[in-house]
Amino acid sequence: MLKSLHIEAEKCTGCLQCELACSYRGEGVFNPAKSRIRVFTFHDEGRFAPYTCTQCAEAWCLHVCPVEAIIDNPATGAKEVVAGRCVGCKVCTIACPFGTINYNQDRKIVHKCDMCGGDPECVKSCPTGAILFLDADQTGLSRMRKYAGQQIHS
Amino acid sequence: MRHVILGAGPAGVSAAEIIRVTEPDAEIKLIGAEPEPPYSRMALPYLLSGRIDAAGTHLRKTPGHYAANRIEVIHDRATRVDPANHTLMLAANGNIRFDKLLIATGASPIIPALPGSDSEGVYPCWTLADARNIIARAKAGAKAVLIGAGFIGCILLEALVTRGVRLQVVEMADRMIPRMLDRTAAGLLRQWCESHGVAIHTSAKLSAIDQTAGRLAAQLENGRALKADLIIIAAGVRANTQFLQGSGIDIDTGALVNAHLHTSAEDIYAAGDVCQGRDFSTGQYDVHAIQPTAVEHGRLAALNMCGRNIAHQGSINMNVLDTLGLVSASFGQWDGGSDSAEFSDPAGYRYLNLQFQEDVLTGAQAVGLIEHVGILRGLIQSRLRLGKWQARLLHDPTRLMEAYIGASRNISFFSRV
Ligand SMILES: Cc1cc2nc3c(=O)[nH]c(=O)nc-3n(C[C@H](O)[C@H](O)[C@H](O)COP(=O)(O)OP(=O)(O)OC[C@H]3O[C@@H](n4cnc5c(N)ncnc54)[C@H](O)[C@@H]3O)c2cc1C
Repeated sequence: MLKSLHIEAEKCTGCLQCELACSYRGEGVFNPAKSRIRVFTFHDEGRFAPYTCTQCAEAWCLHVCPVEAIIDNPATGAKEVVAGRCVGCKVCTIACPFGTINYNQDRKIVHKCDMCGGDPECVKSCPTGAILFLDADQTGLSRMRKYAGQQIHS
Repeated sequence: MRHVILGAGPAGVSAAEIIRVTEPDAEIKLIGAEPEPPYSRMALPYLLSGRIDAAGTHLRKTPGHYAANRIEVIHDRATRVDPANHTLMLAANGNIRFDKLLIATGASPIIPALPGSDSEGVYPCWTLADARNIIARAKAGAKAVLIGAGFIGCILLEALVTRGVRLQVVEMADRMIPRMLDRTAAGLLRQWCESHGVAIHTSAKLSAIDQTAGRLAAQLENGRALKADLIIIAAGVRANTQFLQGSGIDIDTGALVNAHLHTSAEDIYAAGDVCQGRDFSTGQYDVHAIQPTAVEHGRLAALNMCGRNIAHQGSINMNVLDTLGLVSASFGQWDGGSDSAEFSDPAGYRYLNLQFQEDVLTGAQAVGLIEHVGILRGLIQSRLRLGKWQARLLHDPTRLMEAYIGASRNISFFSRV
């Protein structure tokens, strides 16, 4: 069963542990700016929203790539950047409608969430359980429930 | 069922792969006029800059990919199409019959018909063959003149400077990339290029190319002559529809199609740079000549060729380019909406311009801002109503991500485009 990241934003306290853990794993530095998961702050509402790639089925980044530098990892379902192939053209960064694949100016290639090969650091680092790694089916279900709930309450 | 795909660029290759998964038993022929394995024109600048070798430009990297997917790759040029008899004529291989045909022959660079424009040392950068010619002449310290500062010109600019050539750029319009950037953004880009030692001549028109004693010079209408070892032409492209003349297939600036990428001839579809497809923003049919549109067309045309009746909602005209480290991007109707918001930091080379119709984002430009730029596409394509977030964006356009997450009410992440 493939697993996917599931975010319960209402549990996020904005501590940024996930960003630090992610940037350390991906880039070897503790630097939120280099994290593939980002926590957005809603100043007016006093809320936080962790945000990263959903490994969406449409895979806009993967299909638009001119040099097959983004591939589907069948073991995890993640869409992964192949560093040696990426030429840094950035066309994926404008094609992804979620803005979750970004250009890394130091390495001159794009980077995105690869779910750490199936053991995501953000999940392990989150002290409040706001980021979960669940069976894809389960998240699909809760996503639908939550969506339905919103329709009713809005 | 025999599907013939004419053109082995991103549109053709994407289509062939979709047909394979949709119709496992179909016969698929992929015909391209160039000798190399299917490759990507977009990757050529990175071949010039030395970042990749020729194999790095190939669209697919797994050895035996096409054979494994039972896609027969044929290297040949089509000379004519006979829609009534479902037949395609090839220069070397004679006639080929098809049940369904996809025309994905792309575009060709326009070489201005001026005296001397066929001189040795004057090249477009459109094919692997062109790139090899440029590499042979663009040695460190060589003088190069680039004709055209459109988006492809500006991408080549970066590659040429990386090779260490001394570069001058000639642009007919009064600013760089006039079809993608407004005055402010284009002004920033120009200043950036000049501060990196690249001379930009705008409102300047090439009148002739002079070749005396093996030395080239670009003659401008204003009387100046720019000496060069190499002249690169990036002055626009034209859809490859010549071989369709007389076929009865309707053509305007590209092959005309309906929302199913179907041409005026039965069982014949078109995709990519050759195709005048639906534009998401205007609802009109236009040639985009960009990679994302080529891939979208290819995939969608393939599904329709396999009998899936799927209408194209339209592609968004969008571009991103990196000019000597300054990244600029533009999306959709960047040059006009009913409301607009602007963030400008000229000293930091940063600029963001948002265009709205009511509370929906319809176009955008960004210079020097690279984080989460895709969200601009997401907002435009989902036609997300920004509600109260619009006022916040009008006040501070850099709060885009907040606006997107907030307005889509998905404080976690399950919005669909
Ligand atoms: C230097 C450069 C940089 C670029 N950078 C970008 C960028 O940053 N972003 C972006 O979005 N786009 C960019 N583009 C544009 C992008 O490459 C094209 O939009 C894309 O290649 C279009 O794909 P296509 O499949 O429609 O056509 P093409 O890639 O042009 O492929 C056409 C195919 O048809 C074949 N063909 C043509 N005529 C015939 C015939 N009569 N018979 C048989 N075969 C034929 C050709 O050999 C080729 O295989 C760039 C282009 C260039 C040249």
